Amino acid sequence: MRHLLSTAELSRDESILLLDTAAQMAATQSRQIKKLPTLRGRTVVNLFFEDSTRTRISFETAAKRLSADVINFSAKGSSVSKGESLKDTALTLHAMGADAVVVRHWASGAPYQLAHAGWLDAAVLNAGDGTHMHPTQALLDAFTIRRHLGGPDGGLRGGGTDDGVGADLAGLKVAIVGDVLHSRVARANVRLLHTLGAEVTLVSPPTLLPVGVETWPCRTSYDLDATLADRQPDAVMMLRVQRERMSGGAGGFFPSPLEYTRYYGLDARRLALLPEHAIVMHPGPMNRGLEISAEAADSERAVIVEQVANGVAVRMAALYLLLSGEEQPPAAPPVTQPGTQPGTVEGTPR
Amino acid sequence: MHSGTGMPGTPDHPAGRIDDAADGADGTVVLGESDVARALTRIAHEIVERSKGVTDVVLLGIPTRGVTLAARLAQRLAAIDPAFDPAGDVGELDVTMYRDDLRRQPTRAVGITRLPEAGIEGKTVVLVDDVLFSGRTIRAALDALGDLGRPRAVRLAALVDRGHRELPIRPDFVGKNLPTSTSERVRVRLSEVDGGEDAVVISGRGEEGAR
Amino acid sequence: MSTTYVLRGARPLGGEPADVVLADGVIAEIAAPGTAAVPAGAVEIEAAGHVLLPGLVDLHTHLREPGREDAETVASGTRAAAVGGFTAVHAMANTSPVADTAGVVEQVWRLGTQAGWADVHPVGAVTVGLDGERLAELGAMADSAARVRVFSDDGKCVHDPILMRRALEYVKAFDGVVAQHAQEPRLTEGAQMNEGVVSAEVGLAGWPAVAEEAIIARDVLLAEHVGSRLHVCHLSTAGSVEIVRWAKSRGIDVTAEVTPHHLILTDELARTYDPTYKVNPPLRTAKDVEAVREGLADGTIDIVATDHAPHTREDKDCEWGAAAFGMTGLETALSVVQQTMVDTGRLDWADVARVLSTTPARIGRIDDTQGRPVAAGEPANLALVDPSATRVVDGAAQATTSGNTPFRGHELPGRVVATFLRGRATVLDGAPTGSADAAAGGAR
Repeated sequence: MRHLLSTAELSRDESILLLDTAAQMAATQSRQIKKLPTLRGRTVVNLFFEDSTRTRISFETAAKRLSADVINFSAKGSSVSKGESLKDTALTLHAMGADAVVVRHWASGAPYQLAHAGWLDAAVLNAGDGTHMHPTQALLDAFTIRRHLGGPDGGLRGGGTDDGVGADLAGLKVAIVGDVLHSRVARANVRLLHTLGAEVTLVSPPTLLPVGVETWPCRTSYDLDATLADRQPDAVMMLRVQRERMSGGAGGFFPSPLEYTRYYGLDARRLALLPEHAIVMHPGPMNRGLEISAEAADSERAVIVEQVANGVAVRMAALYLLLSGEEQPPAAPPVTQPGTQPGTVEGTPR
Repeated sequence: MHSGTGMPGTPDHPAGRIDDAADGADGTVVLGESDVARALTRIAHEIVERSKGVTDVVLLGIPTRGVTLAARLAQRLAAIDPAFDPAGDVGELDVTMYRDDLRRQPTRAVGITRLPEAGIEGKTVVLVDDVLFSGRTIRAALDALGDLGRPRAVRLAALVDRGHRELPIRPDFVGKNLPTSTSERVRVRLSEVDGGEDAVVISGRGEEGAR
Repeated sequence: MSTTYVLRGARPLGGEPADVVLADGVIAEIAAPGTAAVPAGAVEIEAAGHVLLPGLVDLHTHLREPGREDAETVASGTRAAAVGGFTAVHAMANTSPVADTAGVVEQVWRLGTQAGWADVHPVGAVTVGLDGERLAELGAMADSAARVRVFSDDGKCVHDPILMRRALEYVKAFDGVVAQHAQEPRLTEGAQMNEGVVSAEVGLAGWPAVAEEAIIARDVLLAEHVGSRLHVCHLSTAGSVEIVRWAKSRGIDVTAEVTPHHLILTDELARTYDPTYKVNPPLRTAKDVEAVREGLADGTIDIVATDHAPHTREDKDCEWGAAAFGMTGLETALSVVQQTMVDTGRLDWADVARVLSTTPARIGRIDDTQGRPVAAGEPANLALVDPSATRVVDGAAQATTSGNTPFRGHELPGRVVATFLRGRATVLDGAPTGSADAAAGGAR
């Protein structure tokens, strides 16, 4: 693995390797001395073009636990405001000798450009780009699901004896509920959970499902009650609903917060529809009272705080797997080569 | 950093990476199954003798084959002195994240670390590995141990010592001292891990050792 | 005096070989091979197998001057046009200042005349500042030295229906035409690429086909109602082709253009996140590409226009979301049409002359001088093309100032060997002659 940009690029074996490595990393985190010397002398840059204290702290903790030097580079809004461009930032990081760049960006695809434009030879970790991908979030979600429900003792709350190491998520049913259209978490999870064998159902008002979703490897539903009752999901993942998506005049995606909560909020009544062992997840930060009620968020089925802890282990695993191993020549960008082009319709049909 | 064997890319701990039996076809068997068994029995007695019993002795195997050897040694210790618990007094210690050669090898999967039930605090910890070569793996193991606790003493048992140390490390218990050239490969095959009969095999004069 | 050229064995509109003599700005003679009377001092050009077309006419070019001379100037853009075989371009109005007054259009027109690479016909803005709020002084622009006949807010849509109706009616007075950039603004707020399977996956805000089609449907009905002619810019969807086909079947006076890039490229390219492929209207699906080819072949779509949109490196070397829309096209247009339409047998070279010269000249009402037949006595505005040549596109080697060609690294068929503007060679051996500035009086 050279970069971690999208869960769509991860094979089943790579995904399981990441989760298994995370399991070992998690084991070290219950020790008194949590720091490992593994990445001593390596430099990890947290490049954040968008505020996200939680994600940045999680990556920073992960890198420091592996003894890497961490540089936080906050470049919020720089390109749009005609400050330093993405390219110049990348060249600067290159000159500084960054070994890995953890990038959070408002623009979909920016980490892909950093990895492939030839500005930089560091490993690039996508920490969330626009409405595209958030691979480490999906990995920590899969890790959390596997820990509770995967492996040989799968289905038993509390998980198997070995955190499901080596196992995938075959046969598990996961419902992802909320604003799928704008959600990089949903996109990342649909791909990863599918790769790991889980069956995903997206539950969303029709306005918040993207056109084109029918090609995704998942089911879709507009009806949360029916999904909970009929599908009996093993895990329910509630997505954050941005307040600015609400009403807001003619362009609003739903009529009111109240109506959203009525149809798509997870509350005590809906919680009771779930099977005994089902877990409740949320990538945070939560809007209590909107997509999730306090009862649901604080219930013993909620693993939301554990997700945060698992985030550090998963990010340690990603950093370890990207930064160990022999140095590889920079991969050639998979863009325009002469000859037959993807995205080019050859002059053949007749 | 790597003081060098003249063979970039050669693992400092080659026996740990052998898994294809076909590779051994051209090698010379220097220890057979009964030799291995005898060596382990002798080491077990030496451990008891050196530690004046089995009180507070725990074994920590270094993956992959060191773990198997530790389990076998545990059986022998328990046979000598039933006070030794062959399940509870044995653990495994993955040293991957403490290695100094992570950038010289393909990415290694991180293994499991499992401490003996009673922990290692104040214990006599015997590290168990299959082949002792440069000493770098043991250096990594000592660092890992230091992060896990403070044993009263740490000792080292190896089935084979092939020489060519790059660090000031020496074993306390050795099954067999094996003079080798650096270009040779020494591999330990154990039935639990590799199938077939136990054996220690020497092969190669460098032509395949160098990646 | 001007040089006399003899094109030996050229094939007018791809027909039978002939010797074509250009003298004193006109086509002096078209004779059977070897029979033309060649005056002393004439320059002979070996043109066996080459196709001779009327000089190409682009109805949709962004020359960026005034305002963004760092991306393109009238001189550099028209030089690129000449290299692409064009002898006339219509310069879009979204400059800075906007070409919404007689003063600005006359300035652009004069810069074109001085540069001398191709005739420059400024397009006038429909509304003041392209703001879509009130009509610009269309009559003054029509009456100016630039003789503006095409009006467009291109880059923006004249989305207010009453304003569009008024514009359609008003330009009838001077036989003008409104060229609509069909993009419903509310449906495309923040839009980055075609809305569909790819946008859903790559997480870029979608630009629905209906945002284009709804405006075209409305506009053809408006044009019918007020009895005006309408031109649809860069039509890009299968639905748009159907609507225009329907409108023409009803006898509505509508013409439509397609760009070269919409004839060949699809939204799959957005997966690279390379902003070179960010364009307005966005690249669509393979199904749409097939529909516009079919529309061009059956005459539903009247012309090919480049929508040549040069941008500086810094406007493209950035995140997709922050990048400018647009790609260059003047120097690759003919090759793309050859590859997609001629080499597939859907158009012949006479059709190419129609869609890239004759019809755009007629829509722009410059058909008194451009888009003329290849015949003796006609103005010698010509493009000589070697259809058997191939070349790999190199953005840095192009005549345009900007490097945002989507065909970088592509091998394309065909090569413009020579371009003649009123008998004067602007391009010889595929390269700009360099004499144009001098010929035009060395104004720059």
